[in-house]
Amino acid sequence: MTRLHVDWTRCDGHGACTELLAGILEQDEWGYPRPLSGEREPQVEARSARRAVAACPLMALSLVE
Amino acid sequence: MTTTALPAATAERLLANPVPDGPIGRPDRRQLAALLAEAGLTGRGGAGFPTARKLGVLLARPGDRVVVVGNAMEGEPLSHKDAVLLQSAPGLVLDGLQVVARALGGARAILALGPQVPPGPARLAAAAPHRADLPVEVRTLAGGFVAGQETALVRALDGGPPLPRDRRDPMARRGADRLPRLVLNAETLAHVALLVRYGAGWWRATGTPDDPGTMLVTVSGSRSSVVPRPGVVETERGASITAVLARAGTDLAQVRAVLVGGYHGAWVPASALDLPLSRAGLAPWGATPGAGVLHALAREDCPLEAVARITAYLAGEGAGQCGPCVNGLPALARAVGAANAGRAAELASLVDGRGACAHPDGTARLVRSTLHVFADHVRAHAEGRCPR
Ligand code: SF4
Ligand code: SF4
Repeated sequence: MTRLHVDWTRCDGHGACTELLAGILEQDEWGYPRPLSGEREPQVEARSARRAVAACPLMALSLVE
Repeated sequence: MTTTALPAATAERLLANPVPDGPIGRPDRRQLAALLAEAGLTGRGGAGFPTARKLGVLLARPGDRVVVVGNAMEGEPLSHKDAVLLQSAPGLVLDGLQVVARALGGARAILALGPQVPPGPARLAAAAPHRADLPVEVRTLAGGFVAGQETALVRALDGGPPLPRDRRDPMARRGADRLPRLVLNAETLAHVALLVRYGAGWWRATGTPDDPGTMLVTVSGSRSSVVPRPGVVETERGASITAVLARAGTDLAQVRAVLVGGYHGAWVPASALDLPLSRAGLAPWGATPGAGVLHALAREDCPLEAVARITAYLAGEGAGQCGPCVNGLPALARAVGAANAGRAAELASLVDGRGACAHPDGTARLVRSTLHVFADHVRAHAEGRCPR
């Protein structure tokens, strides 16, 4: 498990991460990713977290050790 | 060390007349870190983070030379303490800045002033001969509510836009020269100067054991009949809110509630004003001593109107970078203006923690506190009347 961090200055609510991590992230009313758990940086299984990081077109996602 | 006669441990230290001047001690990294830890000094800029810990992060990398930045941006409209401090005792701030800069390798020292802070006295003090070994650049920068956020300030000092950066970006706290920036509030630096001159024991002799020292507080009111002598006072940490208000001539019978900590702060109702101005004392109300702001709302003034005005202002002060803040804060301001408690609470949790800087978090804090402390009042508004 790892933590997923969003750089809000980069994210434009494009939505690739919420699609990939459905069940962990949802889109808020403007389309920005929001952890269902209520955490700021949600716990995500490492492999899917890395996939989400790679899928973000704006390089807004990173893993927190 | 020479033996100096210590001044009495009064609450007037930063605003004492005169404050100490002349050559000051030169602790090395370790000595300074130990002194700050022993004192238990916390940042006076708002977040209240232990200064020793902030220094400790840099101590782990002893090879790094550090650029030390004194932060007197004072973007909070209800705060004037940095302006008063740099008018009356700029030497203390410069001493603290140079002490820290010398201890951390002395790459550069910068004092950043907001537009409301007078630069003249600091410039004059910076030119004193005993400060010549490490010149302090005194710079006046464009203001704004978030311009004093550390990562925004670091950027603005390099000529960039005064916009916060992502807090996990490893470069966010480094300048264009790639050297780390240590940003400390101007009042924090003034306390460092006193600590180096008189020692931790003296410094801790006022305040409370777990929240020692003094602090500057800006007292104001929603109308002059409530707070006839608004201004900046120095008080020991842990003094009661009422005692501090009294020094500005506040008519307590006229006070409905006090906004503690400024626009990112929280309300303490009139019934609880005996609370001490300390982290522990204010915690039940979600408030902190913060940057030392007390704003008394008169009984005849509507809290919802006041908070609607503040949230609208805060929505306009966002740096326009982060989606939840850009979309959420204006919506939050509208919900507050419409006395829609449910929607306001929902939006507060929607923006909280979801930005590069603490601006949405602080705005959410104010709104939640308003919904809690003035719950009846908000309900009455929703029913179409103001019970002022
Ligand atoms: S994929 Fe990237 S840009 Fe799109 S919503 Fe997720 S974090 Fe934001
Ligand atoms: S959270 Fe808001 S104020 Fe802070 S950087 Fe992002 S948009 Fe700007």
